[in-house]
Amino acid sequence: MSDVIANVAEALAEGSARIVDLTHTLDPDFPVIILPPEFGQCARFRMEEVSAYDHRGPAWKWHKLTLNEHTGTHFDAPSHWVSGKDVPNGDVDEIDPSVFVGPVVVIDCSAGAAENDDFELTPDVILAWEAEHGEIPADAWVLMRTDWSKRSGAQYLNMAEDGPHSPGPTPDTIRLFLERDIRGFGTETVGTDAGQGSHYVPPYPAHYLLHGAGKFGLQCLCNLDQLPATGALLIAPPLKIKGGTGSPTRVLAMVST
Amino acid sequence: MTTPLTLPPKKDPQKRTTVPVLPPVARSRAALGLGVMAAQGRFGLQACSECAAIQYPPRDACVKCISEDLVWRDVDPAGTVMAETTIRVSPEPYFRERMPWRMGAVQLAVGPTLNCHLHGEVGRGDAVRMALKLDKAGQGVLIALPLKGSEVMQDDPVLRAMSCDPKHRRILISDARAPMALALTRALLSAGAAHVFLGEAEAWLAWPERAEFEGMENVSILPLDVTDVSSVAKLAAEIGGKIDILINTASYVRMGGIMDNDTSFASNSFEVNALGLMRLAQGFGRTMSGRVQDGINSAAAFVNILSVRALSPDANYGAFGASQAAARSISQSLRAEFQGSGMRMMNVYIGPVEGDAWFQPLPPPKVTPNTIARSVVSGLVDGLEEVTCGDIARDVYARWQADALLLEREMTGGGS
Repeated sequence: MSDVIANVAEALAEGSARIVDLTHTLDPDFPVIILPPEFGQCARFRMEEVSAYDHRGPAWKWHKLTLNEHTGTHFDAPSHWVSGKDVPNGDVDEIDPSVFVGPVVVIDCSAGAAENDDFELTPDVILAWEAEHGEIPADAWVLMRTDWSKRSGAQYLNMAEDGPHSPGPTPDTIRLFLERDIRGFGTETVGTDAGQGSHYVPPYPAHYLLHGAGKFGLQCLCNLDQLPATGALLIAPPLKIKGGTGSPTRVLAMVST
Repeated sequence: MTTPLTLPPKKDPQKRTTVPVLPPVARSRAALGLGVMAAQGRFGLQACSECAAIQYPPRDACVKCISEDLVWRDVDPAGTVMAETTIRVSPEPYFRERMPWRMGAVQLAVGPTLNCHLHGEVGRGDAVRMALKLDKAGQGVLIALPLKGSEVMQDDPVLRAMSCDPKHRRILISDARAPMALALTRALLSAGAAHVFLGEAEAWLAWPERAEFEGMENVSILPLDVTDVSSVAKLAAEIGGKIDILINTASYVRMGGIMDNDTSFASNSFEVNALGLMRLAQGFGRTMSGRVQDGINSAAAFVNILSVRALSPDANYGAFGASQAAARSISQSLRAEFQGSGMRMMNVYIGPVEGDAWFQPLPPPKVTPNTIARSVVSGLVDGLEEVTCGDIARDVYARWQADALLLEREMTGGGS
């Protein structure tokens, strides 16, 4: 085994493999999911100085952070959703760490999302992708590339009077993912579900069905356009928060060059 | 008789900004009562409960009957200027910079003779109305005003120094999304404000009302989120040196008492309503304090719009009331910190706002955005520290002044 690890290290050192950062910078201005205002809201990222080489601490600088488990690029654990509340080991601190590193496939929906803000990832899209790349392997992460991460400002949430408009998977797509026994599903948008995902049956199918089946979620990803359709390795370890339902995460991918 | 103020030219960058100096600060405890009246825009003097004599200057006992039972009472401000003089030499730095200075003696119709400052449009023999104003030291002082002044009487230099008139001044409204922000912007511009800057939090969330501001002349919307210290620091670094009046409109309201409310909503209330004010003060307060004597468009006031529930809570809005009480306390501390600079801290107390979704289930009366805008502008023009706006705020404030404990009992349902 040590040879395998040595080979990976050598590949990275010599440049035949490289690391792609799939993470947005934690920034007070980065959008968070918006719920009807009478519900509790996702805390925005905030950073306040504790000291900065000054009278509060002469030789060191450090900050206090305020954020939600689901602020910025983040990991969703099964216990995030009501359907997953009884999943064994469903909190971030209980999840077997071996699942934080694993194979990933990328389904490119960027052309469709460019034309239609409400682009739906349907089973047909998956089947067409599989016809080209082979069946989605069991226990793989599936990422939906939409290039949505290149949007900024109000275009990111794309909020209208009837709610946000952004692409996402249909309930049948999630059922197909569960047939394939994927490890988890990730998106570039603010959530794993479509902006209008509350109008599906069940509402928010990615959250409801995936977490109910003990699968994981990743959202607010970027740089998916630098990943191959298959063959990359995803590294997405959430913070080990006791009873945590998710965690801001530095999501990386290792790809062959 | 009053020379109208014109928009000042751009500052000469080679000249040092004048450092604020204050008129004399020291007062007897009795004389502080003048400031209490002036802060609220009232004209009142000490009245004796035993013999009903009205006296000036304030003392610890009645000059007629030696009773110590003296109360402050609103009195008729009508009077006549009996004498006037012009002072040309003074050891006080504040007055030395403003020589010559006119003073007069006014015989009040209700009795006492007052030594007072004279507005430029009044002189010996004129019928006048007396006013109590806060001077730059924050002390209550007397000024004789014309019964019917000219249209530009506010531009009189003595009166202008006692006011925080928005005319020719540059204003920052901290939250453009606040229900009163648009009305306030319009009111300030029609009062002659040179420019109105508005803070916009979370530009990544579209809001249709933004369109109303777009295209308005002398109005700019800039990024500002009072819950984000880096955002406040950034805007203060950019425009802090040219803000003359800061009006904090940022507010976070959620219904709910104490036992059943969510501490995360409560925490947001404190983040916006209390700590937001503190962040604004840290970002802008020091710079503004240094510019109180910076010519016509000098820094003048920091305005905090508060719910009157800061004084006595409505248990249905428990956490909100707590955050408002905290905000009021911060306002008061800030007022004390501004004391040495001449900056005014003005609290505007309001009741539930018409059109604010978080007060939607409450019955009338509610206060409209236009009424709030008018109160803020007139409070600035009059140079006040404490302003009540709308029926509810006026009523609660008056009851709180009369008997805070009785008000609490009325609020908790014992009154009928």
